[in-house]
Amino acid sequence: MGIAVEAEDLRRTYRSRTGWARARRTEVDAVRGISFSIERGELFGLLGPNGAGKTTTIKMLNTLLIPTSGRARVCGYDVVADTREVRRRIGYVFGGDRGLYDRLSGLDNLRYFAELYGVPPREQKRRIGELLDLVRLTGRERERVEGYSRGMRQRLHIARGLLHRPEVLFLDEPSIGVDPVAARELRGAVADLAAAGTTVLLTTHYMAEADELCDRIAVIADGAIQALGTPAELRARAAGRVGTREPTLEDAYVAIVQPS
Amino acid sequence: MIAVGALLHAKHLSRSPLEIAISLVVPVVQATLAVYLLRSGGAGDRLLDAAVGAGMMGVWSSVLFGSGAAIQNQRWQGTLEMIMLAPRRPALVLVPITLATALTGTYAILATLLWGRLLYGIRLDFAHPVAFAVVAPACILSLGLFGLLLAATFVLLRNANALANTLEYPVWLVSGMLVPITVLPGWTGPLAAALPTTWAARALREATGGGPVWPSAALCVGIGLTCAVLGAFALTYVERRARASATLALA
Repeated sequence: MGIAVEAEDLRRTYRSRTGWARARRTEVDAVRGISFSIERGELFGLLGPNGAGKTTTIKMLNTLLIPTSGRARVCGYDVVADTREVRRRIGYVFGGDRGLYDRLSGLDNLRYFAELYGVPPREQKRRIGELLDLVRLTGRERERVEGYSRGMRQRLHIARGLLHRPEVLFLDEPSIGVDPVAARELRGAVADLAAAGTTVLLTTHYMAEADELCDRIAVIADGAIQALGTPAELRARAAGRVGTREPTLEDAYVAIVQPS
Repeated sequence: MIAVGALLHAKHLSRSPLEIAISLVVPVVQATLAVYLLRSGGAGDRLLDAAVGAGMMGVWSSVLFGSGAAIQNQRWQGTLEMIMLAPRRPALVLVPITLATALTGTYAILATLLWGRLLYGIRLDFAHPVAFAVVAPACILSLGLFGLLLAATFVLLRNANALANTLEYPVWLVSGMLVPITVLPGWTGPLAAALPTTWAARALREATGGGPVWPSAALCVGIGLTCAVLGAFALTYVERRARASATLALA
């Protein structure tokens, strides 16, 4: 199998300065030394409350942020030293309305990102067509993105993230604000990608989604990994805390991030 | 990639109601002011210069705010991270945006010429019409390359538009787009000589009123290319700093 993503004692401190005459410096330790590895083809979940350090971790792994200390490799390439090699091999999709050119059509957005991400011109048309089919936007691709629903935008995000056939896909809360039917389809698409050999790192607040999709899950809180294991292993940690019923992943999550 | 990127960014810019309104109104207002200023100053024979100069001011504003606000806009849209994540040199990612702003700025020259012709009856009597047709796009593209150097600075700043606001009027004043630089204090000379806007304005003025067009145009293109090289190096450094200081995104 081999390792696709490897993080060793990753740390990230945000430093900010406010005021001019009497400048006040503040430091926030967003990620405090986390280590984990993801096998090729694995679907790995990163769960945690808001501000836990999930997005910061993803952004260090996908080269958007330079770690304050520690090391990370993606497909064997160092995220700081071999930035371009890492970028060739990864896709990044985040949830929400932003990240697209609203006044361009879905097709123009995909054409632009295909150029940027180095998809050969001869392949672009076919690849874009395949992805439009995959995310069910065929027939709507010539409409401006500003007229798309949130679910359609999210699907376009996914198509954009897959244009260059990434080996590793980072999905940062991709189902946020998406209706249940679209979220279900999204889960199906993510599962298909993992089944086809794409390594996926997923962050989500939806426990059922993580339970259904992930091979392994790390629960992160206060910038550190609090628990790591398969969904079944994590659920077992909550046994005895919920009476006689079978514990859910949500029970396990609450037990981990809010230990009594 | 640069051509497709520039065209798609120009398409995106040209669909913004705010951009369209600003592009429609500002150059024409500036041209009108320039015409009245020159008429009242007894320089009625230089009205074509005024129209071209006001057009150049429009191109400069478009490039300046294009490079400054476009980066900020990309931040707001959440696309800055997405484009910087591409496996390309940062300069290659940003040059289509700065070229697109220069392309949309071309409208300013066309609009001010048309405005001058229709409203004030200014005769479009170019001394070197062929040179004007060649030099105008070359100067506009050179200003687009200057925009790349500006963009390198703007990536680092979360409030890049504040810097853009302070640069607009001083640069068009120092570059002699409307007022001859000979009437400005001597210390502005070296500053003006280093700006591609100065040589672009001079080349277009010479193509309009007569004079040696090509040396000024060559200097404008030369400075533009130098800016592109400096901008490419600066962007590589700046992109790394932005990733270290977490300024690529809004939060």
